[in-house]
Amino acid sequence: MNIEKKENGNEITLMLMGRLDTTTAPQLEAEINASLDGAQQMILDFQDLEYLSSAGLRVLLSAHKTFMKRGSGQLRIRNVNETIHEVFEVTGFLDILNIEE
Amino acid sequence: MKELTVEATIGSIPVITEFVDEQLEQFGCPMKAQAQIDIAIDELFSNIVHYAYHPGTGPATVRVEVVEEPLSVVITFIDQGVPYDPLAKADPDVTLSADERDIGGLGIYIVKKNMNEITYEYKDGRNILRIRKEL
Repeated sequence: MNIEKKENGNEITLMLMGRLDTTTAPQLEAEINASLDGAQQMILDFQDLEYLSSAGLRVLLSAHKTFMKRGSGQLRIRNVNETIHEVFEVTGFLDILNIEE
Repeated sequence: MKELTVEATIGSIPVITEFVDEQLEQFGCPMKAQAQIDIAIDELFSNIVHYAYHPGTGPATVRVEVVEEPLSVVITFIDQGVPYDPLAKADPDVTLSADERDIGGLGIYIVKKNMNEITYEYKDGRNILRIRKEL
């Protein structure tokens, strides 16, 4: 997986390319943690993400909780493909995460 | 039928995935089914890595075959570790809020939802986990 980072004021966008799974999830976790301080808003762009597994869900849930605890800012996910949308749906993550339709 | 035996480590997951994807492409497997199978490999093989030989490691075999009526891909995961039935666990409560959420059990649940069939047996000292996905 490759991650491309774009900064725009206090908004950080991480473009994910490839697969978010057991092997690559630690990479996203590290990138999110490194970006948290400067980011009021964080967007994860899934345009070029093929799929994610539960290892990816774990990182997304943890990041979502961090933003909730902070009480300001938001983590949003956009450009979710059909396979990923179904994973979010069956696991109930559609109701937990901020996913742009 | 093709199979590959590797060491049960996290580093073997991309190797197994690539091996299975090569077979799937030959069968003309649709992209979405392939992605769902790749997710299943990640969930099931990482289970083997974490449980079968813990804290050591050992061999794991992945077998790919195509069966007729209905046309399906069958993938079998075999290890010689401690008996471990991932299907024995109750399904997670997927209606809980973020705070109440525990990520445990979600992986196998995703596999159950994405595959047409999943079976487990322990036979001759081996864990044999089989998934079937209709093409």
